Amino acid sequence: METVFSAKAWATVWQYRATFLNGLWNTLQSAVVGLLIAMVIGFTLGLMATSGKRVLRGIARVYVEFFQNTPLILQVCFMYYAFAYSGLKISVVVVGFIALGLYHGAYVAEVVRAGITSIPFGQFDAARSQGFGYVDTMRLIILPQTVKIILPPMVNQMVALIKNTSCLYIVGGADLIATTYNFVTGVDTGGAYGPAYLLGGALFFVVCYPLSLMAGKWEERLKKREVQTNTDAAKEANA
Amino acid sequence: MDQFMIDLQGSLGILKNGEVVGYLLKGLAFTIGISLITIVLSLVIGAVLALARNYCTTGPKRVLKTLATAYIELFRNTPLMLWMFFCFVMCPAPPVTKGFAKLLGFGSTVAVKTLFKAIVAFTLFTRGVMAEIIRGGLNAVAKGQFEAAYSQGFNTFQTMTLIVLPQAIRNIVPTMLSQMITTIKDSSYMASLVTVELMGCTKFMISRANEYNGTWIDRFNRGTIHVTDVFVLFGFAFLVYFAINFTLSCIVRRIRAKKSA
Repeated sequence: METVFSAKAWATVWQYRATFLNGLWNTLQSAVVGLLIAMVIGFTLGLMATSGKRVLRGIARVYVEFFQNTPLILQVCFMYYAFAYSGLKISVVVVGFIALGLYHGAYVAEVVRAGITSIPFGQFDAARSQGFGYVDTMRLIILPQTVKIILPPMVNQMVALIKNTSCLYIVGGADLIATTYNFVTGVDTGGAYGPAYLLGGALFFVVCYPLSLMAGKWEERLKKREVQTNTDAAKEANA
Repeated sequence: MDQFMIDLQGSLGILKNGEVVGYLLKGLAFTIGISLITIVLSLVIGAVLALARNYCTTGPKRVLKTLATAYIELFRNTPLMLWMFFCFVMCPAPPVTKGFAKLLGFGSTVAVKTLFKAIVAFTLFTRGVMAEIIRGGLNAVAKGQFEAAYSQGFNTFQTMTLIVLPQAIRNIVPTMLSQMITTIKDSSYMASLVTVELMGCTKFMISRANEYNGTWIDRFNRGTIHVTDVFVLFGFAFLVYFAINFTLSCIVRRIRAKKSA
């Protein structure tokens, strides 16, 4: 604890500031690429889950249940070891992209599914009666309406993704957590525990807090609007 | 392909070894134990944080609200792994005797100390999440309940513990069970510090798979670890985690369906 007040320890951290920023950069990179993969998987599965086709729905269900009910670390480790022991050279960074994408894809799928099922059924009927096919109905009518419902949980997913990049440590990743830990245990830099963890934590917080704050405010506003619409509807029904 | 089948046969043989399965199941017992301890500890302090953030809104008590809010937001916006490592190097551990370590099935006292530190980190982190879950339950308790309690002569403490909290806790049972799933999954983070729970034990077993998959001949020819070992051992872990968490999530769904019905 005393290192927190040690000017020398702070100086070491400051001297190696580029290492921390590099870690942060790796973390953000993994999070952004992971989110893109997760969105592709999530939207595909979300559409499958709401397609009404039993087989597609079943596949989506199995995928979501599997990935949500097993630990991400286990998934990351399994993927890395499976590649390593079958002799395929694959970098930790790529394992990170894929593992984070697959895992969060399951969560995005649930978000998308909830978004689509929240749209009143009349919208689907109306679109069909106007001659829209499935793709056009989804693309032009349904999905645009789900955006405001999907966005806040999506931002929360982003926060979770940024935090979950820390799982890559176990297979030797270069994310912010791994960087910080390697820094405090390093031969040249070791010992500056306090300042290093404060800085590592602060960097995470600075990125994640505004995002959570935004998602929270958004959700609140959405809830208020919902209550408003419901009371309006009730008033109309009573009138 | 033939070689693959032979390897697979050998790998499946690992799970027929009572010693290995016993070791993995001991890991599972620790996973469950650690998760339960964490949930219970987080629940108690999480409730205090939630009450402070929600109701300490006037006068000098506002400091408590600020502190609780800062705590919750800090831990919700930083990763669990950070706190694991933080506690690993910063948290003091109580003295552990050799006998106690042996009782828990550890070879060294250092492992027990590390486990202690990891659990401290785990509860520090889970507390913040728990506080927000409880706050959600508190917000769902109707305002009239407070007024009714006060009008019956209950003081603030009695109102909270006898009227409001019981209702809030009933509201959040399903969310709490979901959090149990998350906690069981998150306990695997400990694998990067100490080999005690299922994830760590599985990883450790893979590093020794050559001793059990039938390729070990003698100490000069120590066999090899095959990719099938990875599939079989991690597959076992996947199945165990899935069985527990899927059961929990089915219970959550059933409770939610009953509530909305």
